[in-house]
Amino acid sequence: MGSTTMLIGTWLAGFLTLAIFSFLYKDNPVYKLAEHIYVGVSAGYWLIYVAFFDVYPMLIQGFQNETGLEKWILLVPGALGLIMLSRWFPKTAWLSRWPIAFTVGVGAGLGITANLQGYVMPQMQATLLPVTGWNIVSLNNVILTVGVITTILYFYFSKPHKGALGWMARVGIVFIMVSFGASFGYTLMARISLLIGRLYFLLSDLLHVID
Amino acid sequence: MKRTVPLLITFLTGFFLIVSFFVPHEPFGQLEQRLLVWFAIVSGFAMLLGVDSLFRAHLRRIIRAREGRWHSLALLLSLVVTLVVGIIGFVKFGSPFHMQSPFMFVYTYGIIPLQATMFALLAFYIASASYRAFRARNTVATLLLVSAVIVMLGRVPIGAAISQFFPVAQEWIMDVPQLAAKRGIQIGAALGAVSMSLRILLGIERSYLS
Repeated sequence: MGSTTMLIGTWLAGFLTLAIFSFLYKDNPVYKLAEHIYVGVSAGYWLIYVAFFDVYPMLIQGFQNETGLEKWILLVPGALGLIMLSRWFPKTAWLSRWPIAFTVGVGAGLGITANLQGYVMPQMQATLLPVTGWNIVSLNNVILTVGVITTILYFYFSKPHKGALGWMARVGIVFIMVSFGASFGYTLMARISLLIGRLYFLLSDLLHVID
Repeated sequence: MKRTVPLLITFLTGFFLIVSFFVPHEPFGQLEQRLLVWFAIVSGFAMLLGVDSLFRAHLRRIIRAREGRWHSLALLLSLVVTLVVGIIGFVKFGSPFHMQSPFMFVYTYGIIPLQATMFALLAFYIASASYRAFRARNTVATLLLVSAVIVMLGRVPIGAAISQFFPVAQEWIMDVPQLAAKRGIQIGAALGAVSMSLRILLGIERSYLS
């Protein structure tokens, strides 16, 4: 990109940054303008992204490069995709349930296998760690295991939280509150980091007040 | 036809995916990968449908001269410009994501500042919400407050300048109690997702057909 293009881009980015920050004063037309531009460019970006990284290489280039069954079987997802567009015509809109059903089926199938294999099992494996004696690592492993079990039990509502279950649920809520507090602090710091980045952009790239 | 065929498609797709997981041999071995490619292709068409819906909603607002029509015009213009520069980048450079492509100009000077500023704006609102919500009313609320303060101080240089306790405590909170509760919630959510997936495959849950 040339220096003029970069200059125009920097001023455009500066305007958009200030327009979004103007919401701190109150909701106003300039903020709304930036907000609508954001929605427009994001929708355009993701459509181009999906078309370029998914549909074009997998369907069009796949159809051009493959041979035999591998080539012709691509007509199935192509047809399902076109059937998805039947929502544009009220009389045939019901046909779009077929590709939707396909995507839901893939999601549900993966929901079982991927969740169990990629999530539940590894998480359980990473939780049940050995206790090797009286040391800090073992103590942390015990705390981790107790925390996971009591957190799960806190969300078990099929029985009233009384007796042993109630006691464990109370331990669970301690872990949950510490976790929510930590997650909050972590998120806030990430947002502040972004804020510093935007202020640095305004003061450095746009106004050249700081290096 | 309108309900039975979609239910059958859902069941068979999910069934074959599960079978391909347990039987990694032909003809099932490559099935999971193939279905994921098909899924990506069909999702691409669904994306087109979504953008079309957005386009029509705002076009309608402009045509009917409703309030906010000028903002809708800005949305449509930015959407069309992004699509056009994406296509230009593809035709001229072979990829819209080529560094010389005008599409990357829109990305660098449009999407990045808008997205980063929008999320940065949340810092003010999260801080303001925490001022109201973080009251040490009882023991568990105090735990929330204390862990948040330790994590915030532990992640910035001023925390370490005050005391070495903050970075160390922050690390321990993130690695042990925070991880334990997050893992418990995630295992619960994953098991919930498994049961919901079973309900969908067996046709008990049909809300996606309405």
